[in-house]
Amino acid sequence: MTAITLNSINKRFGPVHVLKDISLEFNKGEFVVLVGPSGCGKSTLLRMIAGLEPVSAGDMIFGDTRVNDLEPRDRDIAMVFQSYALYPHMDVERNLGFSLELRKRAAAEKKERTSHAAGILGLDKLLDRFPRALSGGQRQRVAMGRAIVRDPQIFLFDEPLSNLDAALRIEMRIEIAKLHRRLGTTMVYVTHDQVEAMTLADRIVVMNAGQVEQVGTPLDLYSNPANLFVAGFLGSPKMNFVAYDDPALNLPSALTNPSAQTYGIRPEHIKVTAPDKNAHLVGTIDVVERLGSDTIFYINHGADKPFVVRVPGIDRTAIGEKIGCQFQPEDLHLFDQDGQAISEHKNG
Amino acid sequence: MQKTAFPLGATLRYLAIALYVLFALFPIYWLIKIAVTPDRLIYTEGTQIWPSTFTLDNFVSVLFLTDFLVYFKNSMIVSLGTAFFTTLVATAAGYAFSRFHFRGKAIIIALMLITQMFPLLMIIAPIYKIMAGLRLLDSLTGLIIVYTAFNVPFATFLMQGFFDGIPKDLEEAAMIDGCTRFTALRKVIFPLTLPGLAATLGFIFTAAWSELLFALMLINSDDKMTFPVGLKTFVSKFAVDWGQMMAAGTLALIPSCLFFILIQRFLVKGLTAGAVKG
Repeated sequence: MTAITLNSINKRFGPVHVLKDISLEFNKGEFVVLVGPSGCGKSTLLRMIAGLEPVSAGDMIFGDTRVNDLEPRDRDIAMVFQSYALYPHMDVERNLGFSLELRKRAAAEKKERTSHAAGILGLDKLLDRFPRALSGGQRQRVAMGRAIVRDPQIFLFDEPLSNLDAALRIEMRIEIAKLHRRLGTTMVYVTHDQVEAMTLADRIVVMNAGQVEQVGTPLDLYSNPANLFVAGFLGSPKMNFVAYDDPALNLPSALTNPSAQTYGIRPEHIKVTAPDKNAHLVGTIDVVERLGSDTIFYINHGADKPFVVRVPGIDRTAIGEKIGCQFQPEDLHLFDQDGQAISEHKNG
Repeated sequence: MQKTAFPLGATLRYLAIALYVLFALFPIYWLIKIAVTPDRLIYTEGTQIWPSTFTLDNFVSVLFLTDFLVYFKNSMIVSLGTAFFTTLVATAAGYAFSRFHFRGKAIIIALMLITQMFPLLMIIAPIYKIMAGLRLLDSLTGLIIVYTAFNVPFATFLMQGFFDGIPKDLEEAAMIDGCTRFTALRKVIFPLTLPGLAATLGFIFTAAWSELLFALMLINSDDKMTFPVGLKTFVSKFAVDWGQMMAAGTLALIPSCLFFILIQRFLVKGLTAGAVKG
């Protein structure tokens, strides 16, 4: 069943056309992540779903109901803000129960639902604290608890982890994944962090400049990016792009395609070899990053950007050494002159 | 704890603060000193730090032999009225300027700024004419209207600043939680704006309390005079009754002080701490 349908949604701020004809369907219980660079319109789209920004054109439908003109409070949604947006003059318990207070629910029900949410998030001992006496992670939990208490149809997250430090971010990411499994509610999550997108999402919507570039499961997007933008956006380190006429490139004719303008290859799909005529690309190591689990080489092959290679484990090859790279045909991504993926290659 | 670390910087800092406080409080001290000095000693012991004899006669005469209580009452009505209405209008306007984009916003803000650019002396005649036309001369209501009109722009900017300091996310969270914009304002934003409201109320109250020019021009009869105008009655053609004047001045300080004591707890607290990331 469809939880949210976006039909040719447009958003204009005066003369600026922020979102252009966005059409998407989110299934019930699905975890959808909107991802894209800053300013791509992902947060605006989320705010439109929340009812905090009016829709300039198009239809927004929750289930069977058109919600374009519904106030946020009538949409049965909950939202976790990047800034947490806790009410500073209310203690944690009242923060959690505020939505029930507004709906004039009985004290007993309020108490029960508040302590249920507090239990899920481990906030039991903090109920009488005020937000100013909480750490960042605790505030984030309260913000999520406030959403859980509502038991809404749809959960919206607007970059909820971007204010946390790295360790806490991973911890909260796991909490959110667990929460989704436990509640089974439709969740729409905005982030610019591709790791969050890859790990949390059932489906990812990659956005760029107010448009949807590609929609799909995380692995689908990773393996079959539809265009240069998606290919370059997902994956870390980024996919390498080499022009078809790059003199350092030495592809056997079986791997080439006459309409390909750009070849893409992910750093983790490259085998380091001797710099001989069997190598598909030859260059000199400029920088080495040894992470313990992986070693990352930045190879100068004469182009503006280095060619990045990731090999597992610790590799002692030193800076300044000349090395060769080899790729498997199935790992090579081909893009035409418009930056669109050439799919025939992948299948044949 | 800090003493061992580096006392010199701290000492100098406190010394500077102490000097400033001394400088700021000296006129008030002098006011009180003259008020309790017997009339006959005012000139002979004029420069002494404390008079040889102490008296409360000046206070007694001010309270019971002059119209001071009438002036005081009038000033109270005008100042409280002005503070109330100005804050009411400024809060609404400040919220609108802070949260909404609307056509003509920039022009309205510019116009409000322009009203602050003219010296009062320049506009006193037209104001007199307008108030005469409205039959509001020699009336406390007229005075409240004029004060409110002149204080609203500044108070609006002050309130706008306070609203700007409250994250928009809070209202939006409240609106998703089930508030209308108005309930969000009442239940979430308003409690957080209390320091701002207190500051604005205090500022406007003090401004209205000490205003002389308009009160002098628009009020004629003794029973409508506000305190600053009434103070002039202590200056007669041949002499100035310094003792009584200073006693009256001392008494006039009391409401402002009380008002600030009342609101200071709102002024001091940073109520929004912990609202958003930290």
